[in-house]
Parts: sequence; C-alpha cells; structure tokens
Amino acid sequence: MAQKNPKDLILDIKDLVIHYETDDGTVEAVNGIDIQLEYGKTLGLVGETGSGKTTTALSVLRLVPDPPGVIKNGSIFLDGKDIMNLPQKELEAVRGHLASMIFQDPMTSLNPVFTVGDQISEVIALHENCSKKEADEKAGDMLEVVGIPRERFAEYPHQFSGGMKQRVVIAMALACNPKLLLADEPTTALDVTIQAQVLETMKGLREKFGSAMIMITHDLGIIAEVCDEVSVVYAGQIVEHGTLVDVFNHTRHPYTEGLFGSLPNIEIKRNRLSPIPGLMPDPTDLPKGCCFAPRCKYATPDCEKARPAKKWLSDTHYVRCSRYDEPNFKIEREDQ
Amino acid sequence: MSRYVIKRLVMLIPVLIGVTFLVYFIISLSPGDTAAMLAGEDADAATIEALRHELGLDQPVIIQYARYMLNLLQGDMGNSYKTGRPVTNMIVSCFPNTAKLAFWSILVAVGIALPIGIISATKQYSMFDNVGMVVALIGVATPNFWLGLMMIILFSLNLGWLPSGGSKGWSSYIMPAITLGTGDAALITRMTRSSMLEVIRADYIRTARAKGVPEGKVVYQHALRNALIPVVTAIGLQFGSLLGGATLTETVFAWPGIGRSTVDSIKTKDTTQVLGNIVVLTITFSCVNLLVDILYAFIDPRIKAQYKK
Amino acid sequence: MAATKAAPKKRSQFEEVWRRLKKNKMAMVGLAIVLMLVLLAVFADFLFDYDEIVIKQNTAIRLQGPSAEHWFGTDEFGRDILARLVHGGRISLVVGVIAVAIALTIGGTLGAISGFFGGKVDMLISRAMDILLAVPSLLLSITIVSALGPSILNLMIAIAVSSVPGYARIVRSSVMTVRDNEFVEAAKAIGANNAQIIASHILPNCLAPIIVQVSLKVASAILSTSGLSFLGLGVKAPTPEWGSMLSGGRAYLRNAPHLTVFPGFCIMLTILSLNLLGDGLRDALDPKLKQ
Repeated sequence: MAQKNPKDLILDIKDLVIHYETDDGTVEAVNGIDIQLEYGKTLGLVGETGSGKTTTALSVLRLVPDPPGVIKNGSIFLDGKDIMNLPQKELEAVRGHLASMIFQDPMTSLNPVFTVGDQISEVIALHENCSKKEADEKAGDMLEVVGIPRERFAEYPHQFSGGMKQRVVIAMALACNPKLLLADEPTTALDVTIQAQVLETMKGLREKFGSAMIMITHDLGIIAEVCDEVSVVYAGQIVEHGTLVDVFNHTRHPYTEGLFGSLPNIEIKRNRLSPIPGLMPDPTDLPKGCCFAPRCKYATPDCEKARPAKKWLSDTHYVRCSRYDEPNFKIEREDQ
Repeated sequence: MSRYVIKRLVMLIPVLIGVTFLVYFIISLSPGDTAAMLAGEDADAATIEALRHELGLDQPVIIQYARYMLNLLQGDMGNSYKTGRPVTNMIVSCFPNTAKLAFWSILVAVGIALPIGIISATKQYSMFDNVGMVVALIGVATPNFWLGLMMIILFSLNLGWLPSGGSKGWSSYIMPAITLGTGDAALITRMTRSSMLEVIRADYIRTARAKGVPEGKVVYQHALRNALIPVVTAIGLQFGSLLGGATLTETVFAWPGIGRSTVDSIKTKDTTQVLGNIVVLTITFSCVNLLVDILYAFIDPRIKAQYKK
Repeated sequence: MAATKAAPKKRSQFEEVWRRLKKNKMAMVGLAIVLMLVLLAVFADFLFDYDEIVIKQNTAIRLQGPSAEHWFGTDEFGRDILARLVHGGRISLVVGVIAVAIALTIGGTLGAISGFFGGKVDMLISRAMDILLAVPSLLLSITIVSALGPSILNLMIAIAVSSVPGYARIVRSSVMTVRDNEFVEAAKAIGANNAQIIASHILPNCLAPIIVQVSLKVASAILSTSGLSFLGLGVKAPTPEWGSMLSGGRAYLRNAPHLTVFPGFCIMLTILSLNLLGDGLRDALDPKLKQ
C-alpha cells in the first residue's frame, strides 16, 4: 500500500462522509472518500450523475449547503490547512485564492446584475493587496488570457454566449493563481466544438499557472486528455483508483469495465454497446453490501453481505471489489 | 430607454380612454334622476328639463362621454354637482394630502419590511424567522381600517397621546401612516424573504462564496440586488394602491384625502367629482406602475437590454 | 385504455398533495379554523335564532360589555354581538365564495380563450383586462356598488368584476404553457375540437395555480366585502355583517370598544386561516416552490 508523502500533497481527504438530511430521508451522498493529490497533478473524478462527485468538491471549500448537507466524518487538509476546523474568516481567505472552483452550468453561475469585469476584479481585490484600479487592470488581463477582448469588461453576463461565460468563470477561478482548481463538469453544458476550445484553454492555463486540478466529469474522453490519476466514483465511494494507465489499460473494477463498455469504440466496432443494466441505487436507501452488486454481472451472494474494502493491486492502483479475494478472479475487459 | 418610456406613455392613452369610458359607463348606470336631484325638491318639471338639457344629460351616454373627454383634454373636468365649483379644485386640495400620507406609509412599510425580510431569509427557521413570519401573516390578515380603530382606542381615547383624526401637524400623520404602512410591511416582508431565499440558493451565490466573498457581502451585495427586483415591483404596486386605495384608512382617520373625497362624493351622488377623482387616481396609478417598470432597468441589466430593443 | 391508466394516477396525485398538506402544521391550523367557520355558518340558525336574537332590538340592554349571558357583549341596539358575528360570518363566507366563483368563471373563460387562441382575440381580451387593472380594485368595487346600489348581490358583482383580470391572467399564462404540450397535439390529432381540448386537457392541467389563487382570493374578497360595508356601501342594516358592525361601533369607540374589537378580530381570523391554507396548498401542490 502506497502512502504519498503528506508534504507533497495539495489536498488530503480522508474518509469523508457527507449526508443530506431532508424531510424525506437521509441522502447518503458521500460514503468514505479518500483523495490524495500532489501539487501540480490532475485527478479525474469520474462517475454517474448523483454519485457524490460534486458534493466532494464542494466540501473542499466547505460549500456544501447546510442545511441539508452535513459532513458526518472525515478530515480535509488543503495545502496543510485543516479545512474542517478553519474559522469562517480564514475559509473566506482560502476560497478563490488557495483553491477555486469552476461550476457546471455557466448560464447560471455568473451574477446577472454585475458586469463580468467587476466579477473578476472582485476576486482579485479580495485576495490580493491592491487598489480597485489595479484589480480592474488585472481582470482585463485575465479576460485576454481566456481569449475575450478586454473591451468587453463592462458587459453583463446576458450579453455573452455559454462558452464565453464559462471562459469568464475560468478567468475568475484562475485570477489569483490558485494552487488547486476544482472543475465540476466545466464543459458538460457546452456544445461539443466549444467544449474542445474551453478544455484547451483550461489545459493551457493549468500548465502556465502550475495549479493542481480535480476534474469532475462523466466523460472518459476528457479524463484521458487531461488527467494524471483517476478515481472512479460509485454511490459516494471510490470503487477504483489509479494512474491513467492503471485505470484505462488495466481496468479491474466491474463498474469501470461497464463505463468503458458503454462507450462506442471505433477500433473494435462492436455491433452494439453494452450498457450497465439497472440504475444507481436509491441514495436514501443504499444496499448493505457492495453498492454495485445489484447491477454487477460478477456478483455473488457474498458481495451483498459487506462493503468491500480497498484492495491494493500495485503502489498506485486500488479497487473495492471483494471478488479479488479469490486469486483467479478476472473481469472480461482485457488489459489494453 | 427614452424610446421605451415614450412607447409606454403612448400605450397609456388607450388604457386611459378605456378606463374613463368604463367608469363613465358604470356611473351612468346609477338609478335616480341626477337633474331632478340637482334642481332641488321644489323645482317644477320645466326647470328640471332645462337643467337636464343644460348638463347634456338628455343625450345618449356615448355623446355625453365624448363631450366629457373633449373637455378633459382641455384640462376641464367640469363642475362639481354639489358645490358648483370646478372638480379640479377639490382634487388639487385633496391629492397632496393623499400623496404625503402614501409617502410616509411606504417609508414605514419599507423600513420595517426590508430588514426583517432579509434577516428572516438569512436565518431561515430560526426563532427570529418564525416569530417574524407569524407576525407578518397576522399583519397581512389584519384589515387596516380595524387596526386604525384599535389604535384610536388605545392612543387617542385611552392614552390621549395622538389626535384621532384630521391632518394638522406631524402627530396626525403617525397613526394613519402606521396603519397603512404595517399592512404593506407584512406583505413586503414575506415577498422579500421568499425572493431572498430563492436567490440565496442560486448558482451565482455559490460562485460568490467560492470566490471567498465575505458572507455579509454575499448577502447584501450579490443576493440583495437580485432579490430586490420582485420586491421593488411589490413596493411600487403597494405605493400605487396607497395613492388610489387608502379610502378606508382616510375614512377612519377623517383624513382629507382624495379617497375619502371620492366616497363622500359617491354618497352625495356628485358624479362629476367622482369621475374626476377616479380619472386622476387611475392616471397616477398607471404612472407609478410605469415608474416601477423603469426602475427595474436600473436594478436588472437584462431588463434594460430588453427596453433598448 | 387511457382512462384506466389515468384514473389511479389522479387519485394518487390527490393523495400525495394531501399527504404533503397534512405535514404542514400551519396549513392544518388554517384548515381547522376554516372548517370551524364553515360549520358555524352552516348551523348559525340552530345556534342563534335570526329574528329573535340577531336582529331584534332590545334597548334595555344596549352597549353592555362581555358577560356570562352575552359572551361578546351587546351592541348599540341591545343585540347579542356573538350571535351577530356568527350570522355575519355566514354572509362573509357566502359573498366571498360566490364572488370568487363568478370571477373565476368569467376570468377563467376569458383567460382560457385568450391563451388558447392567441392572436387578435388574445390582444383584445388582454387590453380589456389592462383597463380593468388600471383602476385600483377597491375603487372599482366602490364605483360599481354605488352605481348599482348597495345590496348583497351587487356587492358580489362588484367584488367579482374587480378580480376578473387576476384570474384571466393566471389562466391565460397557464394555458399558454400547457397549450404547446404534446398531449394537446395528440388530442388535436385524434380530432378533438377546441372546446373539448380546453375543458378536458388544458384546464385540468392549470388547476394547481387556480386552486391556490382561489383560496387566497376568497380571503381578499371577504376583506373587500367588509371594507365596502364599513364604508356603508355593502350589506344594509339590520343584516349583520362584520364590516358594517365595525362601522356601527365607531360612534362608541370610547365607551364600548368591544363593538369594534370583536368583528375586526373575526375578519382577521378568517383571512389568516384562509391564507395559511392557501400557502399550504401552494407548497403542497408545487413542492418546487416550497421554501
């Protein structure tokens, strides 16, 4: 089992448990997630909608809406700071400065009554000791960095297209050179051609600023393009984690296999896709055993008895699947 | 922007024609012979007939209306049937009283409503919120003419602190303004709270928090400005109806305003005065609504962009 | 086949709304008070005889304060205030409900036509509604009652007319959002005529906002009724009505404040309970709006 040196970690999350407690029951959104991310590295969180990826990212900035969200357990260290026990004032100093976030829907994530320039310059003025004028100047620079002419500083969000808005959000997130960037499906809401442009911009900027990044997505293509490591999330747990090569070329978890099976593949040209049967379990009523067991074609009655523990396959690669307790167990996907 | 205002003002014209016709028509339905009433009890048939002809009451309603409108366009609303003096005299003396009262009332309303609404929303389900919302619910349900009477019983008759009616001096403003203001305050508080709650859950508020904006600034800059948009409408509409509909409170406090003048005129069948008052109130009401729409643009750039088209 | 499928679903939707409403304590309090007021109104005659107690004057016991015999005291003509309040509640509820029914029928029809056909018809109806809305509603009611003469029927007409545009607007916008749905297309495709489509497909789908509006509007109709009566433009003496009782008590504010305290309290309680119920219904019918 490989422990990374804590000194190298920008983000260290241990056994995070987050529930949403509503009148209609408790939603178990995150159930023991661990993340160790080194400075400058990119981690991909991949999984279906509702698997707890966004909640995990929000918790890094302590932005999980409360009520109804309750962080039940776990520790979060961001650049050595104990986020769980940080006073409000210091949290505000961290947000947008040490770590910042890009949200899924650019259409709604900008304030409609402020100009885009003001929204960027606000974050600069908050975190960098400078005058309003300098902040405005730098906000203009940031607009140019993301490919928007600085003349559009004084325009309002409704005057921008979706892709442009997302560029503004990116400019805002990167304005103070954060050490960690949390990108929550930054391209999902955009057209495919715009997606590629925005992704290119993000990649270039991340390299330029040297930020670490957590990329949340359900698109394996994006993961392959930008990530160093991958965590596959299912029902609030990481079911498989490893380097890009580990997860893509030496897939071990049946769910990960299912994700790849749902993709059209031009090289193999299968006659049909093989989607994962069934639906995600009801998050207010998760199964006692492995959450994926009801949909898993390899499942045995034993799988439904207890949650599988982490099983390390190499220094970098682990999987949560109790079938690997059997020495000869193999899934169908061949090592690529 | 100015094009929009002009367009709206032009659109006001058919509405005003429609309104004056509607009111004229309804009033013409009144039973009773206006000419006979005006001529007095011991007038003979010939005198009544002459008066009827003189006033044009022997002609069809539509002709009467056309004549009224022609005069109105020249600023002439005719003479009061009761006093014989121009209708405008009464309006000029009453309207400022109504307007002053409306101003103070809305100030009371906004002064109470905004802080309570905002705090309730930011501390949802707290003690403050629960108590505030129950009080607001009761406030919405309280008929303001009754509240006025209760205040008179307490502050004028029992304690003797405030005058029970009239419009002499600042102390006579207190009870009418509070009576009118608290009812509206209850409504605006509820509106502010629910609008604020909706905005505070918006994605862009989460963005602001993610940028590290201090919580106070999140609430008072990022959220409030968005939340205010529907609240401003509510305030504007309330102000409009204060100008037009403070009739009951004006009656309770014997306030010499235009609402009470209208009711008095109705009771004495002073048709020209009623018509004049309603025309003026309707124009005011429509203009206030227009002002509210324009005010929008200053709060919400999206609406401003629409106006420019 | 469609019918057998729709029926159980409809019931479960009703049950779902009721389940959510039951959880809302405030709404339940409102509902309980509303039911109590309705029962009092229905059984008013059993509780207090109209001719003997409610309108018969007895100057020997005028302006008495609350006592064991007359819980809420007596009025300026020696009549029992509690009895008059109970009978007055009947009038308020009847006027409120009928006025809203008239307004809903007229406004709903206009709104449905306007929203369904659009174009010139919509233009015409919408402009007419703008005109009605341009007159402050209490003032419009006052004008109508004064022209038609004070009576219960005219009171209802006056209140109904001034709230027609509100309903027309709600129904119009609901119809417009439902109109373009696929099930309406489907109904057209199988040859349903316009009236059938509006009655059986569109109106049921606009029910939620209308139900909410009705419960809130009955409250404001009751308020308007008492307001007009207070001005002497509503129900004629000696018929008991909360607003006219208030107005009658004005002359005795100093020595007999109970004449004004109790009727006003009744108005407040009625409106409060209807509003609580209306708010609860809104949350139960449209959980998305809940806050």
